[in-house]
This record gives sequence, C-alpha cells and structure tokens, in this order.
Amino acid sequence: MIQLDETDKKLLDLVQLDFPLDAHPFRILANKIGISEEEVIKRMQRLREEGAVRRIGPIINSKETGRVGTLVALKAPEEKIEHIAELINSYPEVSHNYLRPGDYNVWFTLSAPSRERLQEILEELKQEIQCPMMDLPTTQLFKIGVKFKIK
Amino acid sequence: MEMTDIQKQILILTQEGIPITSSPYHDISQQLGMTEEDVVEQITLMKERGIIRRFGASIGHRDIGITANAMCVWNVPDENVEDVGRIMATIDDVTHCYARPRHPGWPYNIFTMVHSYSRDDCLAIAEEISKLTGIDDYKVMFSEKEFKKIGIRL
Repeated sequence: MIQLDETDKKLLDLVQLDFPLDAHPFRILANKIGISEEEVIKRMQRLREEGAVRRIGPIINSKETGRVGTLVALKAPEEKIEHIAELINSYPEVSHNYLRPGDYNVWFTLSAPSRERLQEILEELKQEIQCPMMDLPTTQLFKIGVKFKIK
Repeated sequence: MEMTDIQKQILILTQEGIPITSSPYHDISQQLGMTEEDVVEQITLMKERGIIRRFGASIGHRDIGITANAMCVWNVPDENVEDVGRIMATIDDVTHCYARPRHPGWPYNIFTMVHSYSRDDCLAIAEEISKLTGIDDYKVMFSEKEFKKIGIRL
C-alpha cells in the first residue's frame, strides 16, 4: 500500500474535486497549500507512478454525450461464471463488471451510443448466456462518484 | 449533443490524463494550434455545459487502502424514494446513489455504492444509513472479484 503523508492527503483531496482549471494548475495548488510548484509536481508524479492517482483528466458525462447506460445483474451458474464474465467483458460498451455474492452474482454496467445499441447488446447476451437477467437502468440519479474520503 | 470539433479533440487528447508538468496543456495546444489558455477555456466551457462532469484526478482508491466496496441495495417505499435518496447522497462514504426499478423477486429500488477501508467499515456505514433513514430492508453486497473496470472514453 502507498504511504501518504499529510501533504499528500491534502493534495489528493484538492485534485479530486477542485483541480484548478488554469494553464498552470500545479502552481495554483502549490499556492493553496504553501509549498513550491516543483514540490507539488514531484509529489503528484510519485502519486501517479505508485497508483494513488490514476490520471488527471475529464470525467465525461455519458448523458451529455448522448450515451445511454444501464446496470445489469444476472444469475450465472457457478461453473460458467468465468466464461460468462469473459463474454461480457468482450463488449467495449461494458465499463464495470463484478462478481458479488447472492443469487444474482454477476453485475455489470453497460453504456452505448444509442438505446437501440443497448437493447441489441442485451438481446445478444440473453441469447448467448441463457440465464435470468435483470435490466436496472437508473430512474433517478442522486449522487455519482464525486470524491473519496481519504483518512 | 452540441460539442464542437475542437472540444471533441480536447476531450480525446486529455481523456487518458494530462501530463504532470508545469504546463500540462502545452503539447495539446501546439497540436491544435491554440494557446494553452484557449484549451483551458474550452475545458471550462465543457464543464459549465455539463459535457464534462468533473475535471480532476481519478484516485486509485485500492492502492491507497480504500479496498472495500459494497453495493448496498434498499427497499424504499415509492413515495419516499426522493427524500431517502437525497439523504443517502449526503453521506461522504456513499460515492454513488441511484434509484432503479424493482423486479419480480427483487424489491430493492435504491442502490448506493459505499467505498471504505474495510468490509467492517462498509457494514457500519450501511447500518448508519439504515438508522438515519429508517430503511431496514437492505442488502450489503461486497465485490468478490473485479472482472473489469474502465471509465467512459470517446
């Protein structure tokens, strides 16, 4: 696990939500926490190399770009789970796919450029997998992956 | 979708991450024949217009010790979904909160993702949410395996 000191934690806290939109963002961060720009850059590079920061960039709003998505749960027989997971992952439209305990054990999210394409993928998967499937599109959004609380 | 070609180019050139340097937009601006300030202005516009939900760091939460994630599902009376969803969203450890349809044999209609340092933490957070909202028909489902995880790309 990556060791973080208080300055690293402060930085991680700032860069998640309030990353400065400026031609020299690290200079602004440096001023905010009272260290030099060079030090911010050095620390951020280490945090990225070690995996605490995956990337700094845009989180694209799938709705605004016209994409439609859903969450799908299915009851996969134990012995077929790996095969089914591979089949699901083969679609580039699948962004997340997890094994969870319970009758419904495979949970994945799908995002496609159109409702038609989404339905097409769901139909293909139904045909190929042949096990009970729930389509769980978001009907209301209350919160979406804003920030991790770093202790 | 009203995104200009230049905005689309900027998204494509930044979506894998900007470089961590004093002038992270230098190369992009050169490629697009704009100034660095123009690039930042376009990003700001896309954020204001909602094309970009957030511009910032994606955290490798597992690598910094936030290793437990639980999908908590709640059976909430239809007339309370709005209020309960809002309350759940205010909790820091809840990273995602959505209403979703019920299905036969599946009464749960609110989904929250909880990320924390341990499974015990997640269970405690779920209990706290239950107390706070009065919803006691719920399930906490940990992820036993990650088959895939990527962000949305253009």
